Amino acid sequence: MDDLLSEFLTETSENLATLDVEIVELEKNPNDKELLGNIFRLVHTIKGTCGFLGLPRLEAVAHAGENVLGKFRDGELEVTPEGVSAILECFDQIKYLLGELEETGTEPEGNDQALIDRLNAIADGGGAPAAAEQPESAAEPAPEAAAEAEESSEEAPEDGDDLQELFNSTPGPADDLNFQGEEKAETKEPEPSPEPSAESPPAAAAKPPAPSQDKPADAGKKEASIATQSIRVNVDVLEDLMNMVSELVLTRNQLMQILRSHKDSEFALPLQRLSHITTDLQEGVMKTRMQPIGNAWAKLPRIIRDLALELNKKIELQMLGADTELDRQVLDLIKDPLTHMVRNSADHGIEMPEERVAASKPETGKVVLNAFHEGGHIIIEIKDDGKGLNLERIKEKALENGLHTAEELESMSDKQASQLIFKAGFSTAEKVTSVSGRGVGMDVVRTNIEKIGGTIELNTVQGQGSTFMIKIPLTLAIVSALIVESCGEKFAVPQLSVVELVRVSKDSEQQIEDIRGTSVLRLRNRLLPLISLEKLLKLEKFEIFASNKKQVEQSLKEDLGFIEPPAEVEAKVETEAETEVEAEAEEAETEAEAEAVKQPDEVENTSDNDNVMKESEDSAKLAKSEQRSLAEKYIIVAKVGTYSYGIIVDDVFDTEEIVVKPVAPILRDISIFSGNTILGDGSVIMILDPNGIADSTGEITLADDAAQSQDDYGSKRNFGDNVMSLLLFKAGEGGPKAVPLSLVARLEDVMAEKIEYSDGRPMVQYREKLMPIIKFDATQIMPEQGRIPLIVFTDRDHSMGLVIDDIVDIVEDAVKSDLTSESENIAGSTVIAGKATDIINVSYYLEKAFGDWFRRTGVEGNQETEESKRLLLIDDSMFFRNLIIPTLSVAGFDVKAVSSGKEALELCEQGYDFDVVVSDIEMPDMTGLQLVHEIRSHSNWKEKPVVALSSLMGEEDIKRGLEAGFDDYIAKTDRESLTDRIVKAIQSKSSTEDAEEAA
Amino acid sequence: MNELVVKSQTPGTELDLASNYYTEQFVTVIIADQLLGLSVLNVHDILGPQKIASIPLSRNEIAGSLNLRGKIVTAVDVRQCMGLEPADINEQMHVVVEHLGDQYSLTVDSVGEVLNLHPKDHEANPPTMDSRWRDVSMGIYQLPERLMVVLDVDKLIGSIGEIKAA
Repeated sequence: MDDLLSEFLTETSENLATLDVEIVELEKNPNDKELLGNIFRLVHTIKGTCGFLGLPRLEAVAHAGENVLGKFRDGELEVTPEGVSAILECFDQIKYLLGELEETGTEPEGNDQALIDRLNAIADGGGAPAAAEQPESAAEPAPEAAAEAEESSEEAPEDGDDLQELFNSTPGPADDLNFQGEEKAETKEPEPSPEPSAESPPAAAAKPPAPSQDKPADAGKKEASIATQSIRVNVDVLEDLMNMVSELVLTRNQLMQILRSHKDSEFALPLQRLSHITTDLQEGVMKTRMQPIGNAWAKLPRIIRDLALELNKKIELQMLGADTELDRQVLDLIKDPLTHMVRNSADHGIEMPEERVAASKPETGKVVLNAFHEGGHIIIEIKDDGKGLNLERIKEKALENGLHTAEELESMSDKQASQLIFKAGFSTAEKVTSVSGRGVGMDVVRTNIEKIGGTIELNTVQGQGSTFMIKIPLTLAIVSALIVESCGEKFAVPQLSVVELVRVSKDSEQQIEDIRGTSVLRLRNRLLPLISLEKLLKLEKFEIFASNKKQVEQSLKEDLGFIEPPAEVEAKVETEAETEVEAEAEEAETEAEAEAVKQPDEVENTSDNDNVMKESEDSAKLAKSEQRSLAEKYIIVAKVGTYSYGIIVDDVFDTEEIVVKPVAPILRDISIFSGNTILGDGSVIMILDPNGIADSTGEITLADDAAQSQDDYGSKRNFGDNVMSLLLFKAGEGGPKAVPLSLVARLEDVMAEKIEYSDGRPMVQYREKLMPIIKFDATQIMPEQGRIPLIVFTDRDHSMGLVIDDIVDIVEDAVKSDLTSESENIAGSTVIAGKATDIINVSYYLEKAFGDWFRRTGVEGNQETEESKRLLLIDDSMFFRNLIIPTLSVAGFDVKAVSSGKEALELCEQGYDFDVVVSDIEMPDMTGLQLVHEIRSHSNWKEKPVVALSSLMGEEDIKRGLEAGFDDYIAKTDRESLTDRIVKAIQSKSSTEDAEEAA
Repeated sequence: MNELVVKSQTPGTELDLASNYYTEQFVTVIIADQLLGLSVLNVHDILGPQKIASIPLSRNEIAGSLNLRGKIVTAVDVRQCMGLEPADINEQMHVVVEHLGDQYSLTVDSVGEVLNLHPKDHEANPPTMDSRWRDVSMGIYQLPERLMVVLDVDKLIGSIGEIKAA
């Protein structure tokens, strides 16, 4: 049967049941306006829906009833027993019609003219002739039956006659039915159906004292049959039920676990049965939450139709497997992503009819939605036969957005490239239409799908179309999870995100390798980033503390006499910690007593309150497990979207079906856990969230760095505002050198043999172009052979390589020192990681490579500004000038830099013209605020945009700056948005100027 | 039917009214030798030492979580909240309370009897009280032998969330 129709039937039967009760109420309180309103509304709804569904007969009856009720409501008619009876009769007829509808799916033939006439007559004036014969039969039973149930039985036959009369006028199946009904009323009275018969006075009182005694019986039966097909249950009830079943499953699991340890238990059999029943129950309850996916698709045909019209495309939408069921909760969550993707397919995928014909494809494009079950998952395919993804365009866009470097993109397979569309901020729609390309991209789709533990894949063939495959779990409530252990703590990892398990030990093929403290694994020739659960969850506090302490003791003992460079201390600690622990383990075994004596110090420090003996046992155990885990670790390869990474754990146990329970609100901020659960053995464990872990890794590294530098180098982090990423490298003489990472395009290794000389200058062929190579300084000797590491600075078409000796590290650090340098190639010095480090002057090298660098980049550098904008930079610090000039130059500005406000004003007086002025605030002699005041008050620059560039970023400072006349106020460290904001300042200024001119 | 319901309700209400009016019941607990009282209406359960699963990365005030008849309850280390020396979590008793619809267990050293106390013995917090205690105390009851601090469970647990949010 039509979904809509069955829903209508269910709803209307419910409404009618309410109506029956209410109308009797109404008879008692004829003046209850509210009640009348209610009844009227219900009947009106029925009428309206009938009209919508194309049920004319039902509609006519309902309409007649509504008319009378309308008059009652408006006070035009008095509520009389006759009227009420007629209304009830009308309801009964509606019920009868509904019953037929339910059975056959169509309205029965015949008409209800007699009833309608009577109702109309009542509506017209209460006692119209058509109703004349009614009162005797209808007037009495109503009040009496309500008050005195006994009498209703006497009246039943009379009512039956009445009904007979009515039904005689309706031919066809109605006759049979009526006959049946009457028979039933007479012969099968004890039947426990909701017949308002004499045997059930309460029912009669509640039910309408209807003139058609047998009719409600019949309708009642129908009602029941609808009711068994579908009932409305509050979702909360289902949720509760689900929760309880979840608990039951858990308890079952516990019992089964216990059973496993008692081999020949007499409980085995009953428990087995319990287990089966529980499983069935679980499935049954799960089913109550299931809905066909077609519900989520209902809107799509319309969307596609509208889209086709709007875009002048011909699109056909095919929906397969609409009856595939999935959890209501999941359904809600995928509704929007699905809609979005179908829209995308139609908008971006399907070509215009002409294009399609040209490509010898049928004119009408096809979007196919297909849903089916596959091993505990539901797979939804969205396939179009359009043009497929334009991978070139996607790559370009990735480059533009800085998501990937050109080189990375080149080495990407088509499959990898197509996955790029799932990254944030990626809409390749050439123009924003009303349907897509509004920035709500596939990344949102992916996030939503991943939120429910699903995955999304994309296959695309240029010219032939794309297919999205969404794989989502059937339900969210119970998931299968892998139980893992780290440092003696157990955790659950949802199986869905686990791709594979890798065991690493001393002699296994795979080894955990180390890149300056970052663990990676070579897995099938790909590098897999690893995250140690131990470190991530800070489980190792105790061990590290202990070994740190030992380390110090040892170094004191051995009197090494030198302090390790701080950057390496940690690495050292780690490696030594490992050997230490091994040693410790042996110690613990052989010299348990000595260990016990030593422990107390450590106990105090760790502020642990365990007693000494216990502690020493624990530590021995820990040390042992550590030793074992050194030899053997497991890596859980998890996949979040397209990002794979490994989680290092000590041990892996079996998988268990777990019920995900949300964590207490006070724990919600720990994003690494998606919930917690109770295992079969009754223990509570946390469920790791692979998404959360992936998200947090970036932050974790940062946090670790921060913590480290805080510990190691004290107060330097106080200048946290000025933190920037620096690339540390070794080159030439002296200490490490650094360059702001934002200026570095790439790091390259070139073979010495590849270096050619042209015009006496070293060059290398790089991406089919010649790239000049500049030595760090004159003293540097270019290696004759082997690899030469280069730092490549680039500006669209032009690149240069700076020869260095070695890359040391990338650090986030506060650059504070203003110590300027004598040498041209050094911008200044600062302290990084406890060492004096020279920050190189990139502009010096750029100039050396291309004498005309600035001019040229100025002209063609920035595509957005047609001609390069002249920019005046005022900053007293040579150091910052040297840092910022290259940034601005690369962005396409023609930069002139001066060191004081006075110089700037001189330039102004000399008639220099700039498009924008960028000034520091804190300067000797004349502050930026004074300068801008000067500029604004009486100079020929007063209309120019002036932007403040300062490290003073307090709210007050910014406010003061803007009040003084700056158009924008940018943090010195905010390098990324610096150029954008300057450009914006220029644009907004010129647009206001235009506006003023226009005015 | 209706009548029955009414009948059974009326005496109950009277009783409740009476007890509420005259005395209030408190579950007494001891933390670091200090007697604390929790309104009996707040307390769902009292448990002996439990197996506590620690929650990595959580605040110190959170001792871990435990399995209370199939429900996961977060254990709050009251000693930590009050700035006291930590005790061995494996020997602490648990008082299970509800806060904003979720169950929490408060770890305490020991649980004493339930006392019926008269409001006349209730006094406001002395202003000189340690601020950490004052924040979570709803006043003091004078008992013959010692003083009992009335613990405000909502504030105690709520304060953990606040610190976290900050």
